[in-house]
Formats: sequence, structure tokens, C-alpha cells
Amino acid sequence: MSTTDKTAIDLKAVTMLPNKTGHFGPYGGRFVSETLMSALDDLTELYDRLSQDPEFQKEYDYDLAHYVGRPSPLYFAERLTEKAGGAKIYLKREDLNHTGAHKVNNTIGQALLAKYTGKPKVIAETGAGQHGVATATVAARLGLQCTVFMGATDVERQKLNVYRMRLLGAEVIPVTSGTATLKDAMNEAMRHWVTNVDDTFYIIGTAAGPHPYPKLVRDFQSIIGRETKRQSMEHEGRLPDAVVACVGGGSNAIGMFYPFIEDESVAMYGVEAGGHGLEGDDHAAPLCKGKPGVLHGNRTYLMEDENGQIMGTHSVSAGLDYPGVGPEHSYLKDIGRVNYVAATDDEALEAFHTLTEIEGIMPALESSHAIAYAMKLAATMDKDKVIVVNLSGRGDKDIHTVAGLDGIEI
Amino acid sequence: MNRVDQCFADLKASGKKALIPFITGGDPKPGLTVELMHTLVESGADIIELGVPFSDPMADGPTIQLACERALRHNTSLRDILAMVKTFRETNTTTPVVLMGYLNPVEIMGYENFAKTASESGLDGALVVDMPPEESEVLAGYFKQHDLKLVFLMAPTTPDARATTICEHGSGYLYYVSVKGVTGSAALDIDDVKANLDRIRAKTQLPLGVGFGIKDGKTAAAVAKVADAVIVGSALVRCIEENENEPDVIKQRLSALMTEMRTAMDA
Ligand SMILES: Cc1ncc(COP(=O)(O)O)c(C=O)c1O
Repeated sequence: MSTTDKTAIDLKAVTMLPNKTGHFGPYGGRFVSETLMSALDDLTELYDRLSQDPEFQKEYDYDLAHYVGRPSPLYFAERLTEKAGGAKIYLKREDLNHTGAHKVNNTIGQALLAKYTGKPKVIAETGAGQHGVATATVAARLGLQCTVFMGATDVERQKLNVYRMRLLGAEVIPVTSGTATLKDAMNEAMRHWVTNVDDTFYIIGTAAGPHPYPKLVRDFQSIIGRETKRQSMEHEGRLPDAVVACVGGGSNAIGMFYPFIEDESVAMYGVEAGGHGLEGDDHAAPLCKGKPGVLHGNRTYLMEDENGQIMGTHSVSAGLDYPGVGPEHSYLKDIGRVNYVAATDDEALEAFHTLTEIEGIMPALESSHAIAYAMKLAATMDKDKVIVVNLSGRGDKDIHTVAGLDGIEI
Repeated sequence: MNRVDQCFADLKASGKKALIPFITGGDPKPGLTVELMHTLVESGADIIELGVPFSDPMADGPTIQLACERALRHNTSLRDILAMVKTFRETNTTTPVVLMGYLNPVEIMGYENFAKTASESGLDGALVVDMPPEESEVLAGYFKQHDLKLVFLMAPTTPDARATTICEHGSGYLYYVSVKGVTGSAALDIDDVKANLDRIRAKTQLPLGVGFGIKDGKTAAAVAKVADAVIVGSALVRCIEENENEPDVIKQRLSALMTEMRTAMDA
């Protein structure tokens, strides 16, 4: 499958995936214990119905416009472009969304689904805390009871977001099992969901998990790419030559990429967390360095050892510190439509400082990975070329981490 | 005849119900597992469910999560577990052994390789917790080739149409999960279990096992009245957890709890 000739691929057919059973080629599917199967069937049916329902779409669009503040701007980063010394760099400003990241595009959608199911409680897993905050926010607005599972390590490094969630009325449960990061938070959320499936809706924060989650998260996040297309036409009179996004579980990236899949002139780059470098094991780059396997309900590329045990990962950014990735990315990698690359901790930190200092925009550490790679890429391209970077979130939540790394006590 | 079928046929003939203990292979250390398996047989086990440790046991509560962690401290792998089964078979050729675990270790070993090695090791079947029938076709093919049983879960949330599908795919026995939750969770409601088993029995000839929430003689006896098999996991694993460094105490405790359940079930 990895030897597929990309010119032979029918890209229109690629956009029709997943198939009815939730598969993107060999990836995706539904690998959960029996207790959850019927809840997933129900959710699939509900989503299939509501996604065709103009009323639902109208409600969703209204919330995106008036609660989230969409469309988010496409900003020409002139000084960043100058510094990189090549292609023009535009930033898709998801950092300007309500709650400060792309995550809310998805939580608004899923919370609306929850409302239609009539379930009074929602749960979420979170890494950086952005998805937790976005879920707590929509739960507050809709009057839903909200519980967020977060790895104990992440509770420590994203304190600000933990307090934000608590202010919003959510209960934050630190997870100490396993490596105490995002993957363990997801395990614990699944366990809670199995036990409370009757009255609880699980709002998954990334384009991974059992079918139909990868599809519905992708659909809700695709607003990013659709707006980018339109805005690129307005600014440049054409589509960009390349789009770049960071990849944790892959939701902001698939939201940017999906609407461009059929536009072959647009090169796509997904930037994984290179941590201390891809030579060792201290990174979180399953697409660059992992193997296919099954975790958290889907088949996808994973960081795993020779016995199929999931490996601990490392990234300076909590939101990318995950050993798996959404199944659609695994498929897009194999067919060669998207290039998956990595940026290290150091490169991301440098990009964080650069963007802050020369554009007055403080990016999330996750998004800083995309900025870092885009600057390298821009330097290899002509000045009349156009790159769009998905600036998935703002960096306020990371000030503590960055200060710590700079040796400053706040 | 596969040992699982033989076992249920024999039990039926003698009017008894199956007692199926679960322990995690490699817990508290790999060198002890085969001995513990023999202890379980000596104290009344009809079939052994042997857990394959996994780093991310999504369907398990804290007790079995910790068992996985103990086993993984010694890097116990799926291959190691199959080797344990092989060693067990050197002195026990009759008691069926069924693996219970998650799909990823099987994926990386390869379905065909797994089925072949399992069969050569004297394994009788497997239950892959996160592999529903919909995703089982390829593994089921290899299992059939090697006369291995593929056991599936049924849950209180399983609607009728799914239950029919599961019955068609399952072999050996069906594992009815008595409560919505993870392993080691709340007490089961026996009337509710009975109603669900009646519903399933109308669809299949397969023996019906019940697990989750069975922890002592009393609960084992109650379940034995309505089911064909009583499956006990966390309560036994706790005996290991509490005596991690004392193999003899572990054996005594396992043996005592097994005997209590066996006696209550057969009374
Ligand atoms: C700002 C931001 N970007 C990216 C991510 C990574 O997630 P995903 O790959 O699903 O977009 C996160 C996750 O927490 C985030 O907060």
C-alpha cells in the first residue's frame, strides 16, 4: 500500500472516505470493547442524519460566526516572510477563535450533537488543555455537566488551562496511570464512557478514535480549509502553493488539508513533534517514524515497540505529545498526498520567539512546530509562491513552559 | 475436538458449570505464571483465561491495569505468553487455555503467525477485547484453519441485531459482560443478567459465560445458576497484587478463593 503510485490515485474518491465501516484504506475502523459499539452506531446514525439537516447546519454556522468569531483572518506575515527569505507566508489565525485555538470548531459541533441526543453530561480528554477548555466552554453555555480527563504531567505543565476549566465549571480529573499524558487521558475517558454510556456524550478532541469520530471531527474542522481557499482567492487570486499544519492527533491539520485534497497544485505538509530529534525515541512522530497498529479505537500509525506496546513520547508541547494520529493522515501518507515531516523542540521554541518578536503574535507551542517548518520551506521556494500556515492556537497557555525553559521563574 | 468444546461437553454430562479464572501472564513475574496456572487447575479451574499484558488496557479497571504494569516491568510479550502456554502443556494436556488481551500485540506479531504459533503452543482460543466481529474476519480465517476458538464479548448495551451477529461469529463460548463498566467494577444484578442470557440463549447453542462483578463463592454460585460458565478476574488478580513478593502466599490465596467458588458453585 505504501508503494501506491500517487498519479494513479483518484483524489475525488479519497475525499469520499471513510467508507461505511469507517475505514480509510486499511486505517480507521472501530476497535473498542462491545459495550461501546451500540453507542457508536447510534452516533454514526445521528451524525449521518444531522449532517444532512439544514437546521443543524444553520445552528452550527450561527455559533461559528457569533460565538467563535469566524471567519478567522488569513493574515499576510510580511516580516516573517522577509526573515524566511522566500515564499510569502500567510497565517490562518485560528488563535483568534474564542478560547484561543481551533479546538472549539469541533467542540461546538459535537456539543450540538450531544444536545440532540439529550444526554446531560459530556466528557473530554485533553493534552494541552485547549480541547478541555473548549469543551468546558461549550458545556457552560449549553448547561451540560462537564468532566475533563488530563494526564497528571499535563496538569502540571498546563496549569493555566486547568484553572480555566475549573472556572468554567468543569471537573478536571488528573490521570496518573501509564505515562500520565494525553494517551492515558484518552484511556481514562474511554473507561469512564463505558461505565456511563447511557447519560454521557464523549467529545473527542482530535481526528482520531473509533468511527465516526475521525470523520465528524474532520468535517467540523474543515471550515479552516474552506475559509482558507476563499481567502487565498481574495488575497492572491489563486490557491496557495503549499499549506502547513502541525499534527498531534491531526485535527487542525485535517481541517486545513481536507478541502485541498483534490487540488493537486497545493502541496501539503503535516509537521509532527520531533522532540529531541528523530534519531532517538524522544519524539512524538508516528507518521515519520512509527508503524501501523491499533490504539484508541482505530488502526493508524503508532509509536510502538517490537512487542506492540505503546511507547512513551516526548514533546515540549503537550498537545502534540501523543503516540498515535488520526487514521486519515495515515492514509494520506501512504498514498503520498501529504508530506509528513517533523520539527524539534528547539526549532519550535525558536519559531515561538521569532513570531512573537517580529509579528507580535504569540503562537501555541504546537503551532510553533508548523511555523518552524514553514520558514524552512519558504526559504526553498521562490518569492512569488504562497504558503499558508495553520496557526492553530495562541501561546498564552505556554508562557509558563517557555519561561521555565528560558530559566525564568514567574 | 478442541479442548474448549470437550470441556463444555464433559461439564454438561456431569451437570456442572465451568469456573474460568483470569490472571495476567507475567504477573507478578513471568517465571511464576505456569505454576499459578497449575494452582488454578488444582483448585477447580475448568478453563484458564490468560491475560496478555498491554500498555493501554482501555477496558480494564485499576486492578488489571496494575497487573499489566507489573508484567510489563519484565517486558512480558505475546510470544512469552505463548511460550508459557507451551510449558503448561508439558504437564497438562486437557485444561483449555484462552488468551485475553488487546489487538495491537497481535497486529505486530501478524495474524497468521499468531494463529500458527498459538496452535503449536497448545492454545485453544482467544478473546481480543478491542476487536469486535466487524473487524475480525482476517483473524477468524486463520483461527479456523488452526481450530482455535474466537471468543467475543456481549454487553448489556448490545442490541438484538448485534447479538445475532456476535452469535454467528463467536466460537467456543460467549462472554457476557454483566455490567456497563471496566473490569473490577460494580456488583452485578443477577435478575438483569438472567434476562439478558435468556435473550442470547434464544439465538445460539454456544455456552454462555458471565464475567465482571464476580468476586466470591456467593456471587459465583448465583451466576452458576443462570450461566454455563463463571469468569473471575480482578478478585484473583488482587490476591497477586497484595502478595507480589510472596509466591507461596499468592498460591494459597488463589487456591482458597478458587476452592470457595468451586464449592459454592457445585453445592
Ligand atoms: C493549539 C493546538 N494546536 C494543535 C494541537 C494538536 O491537536 P491536533 O493535531 O488535533 O490539531 C493542540 C492540541 O491540544 C492545540 O492545542
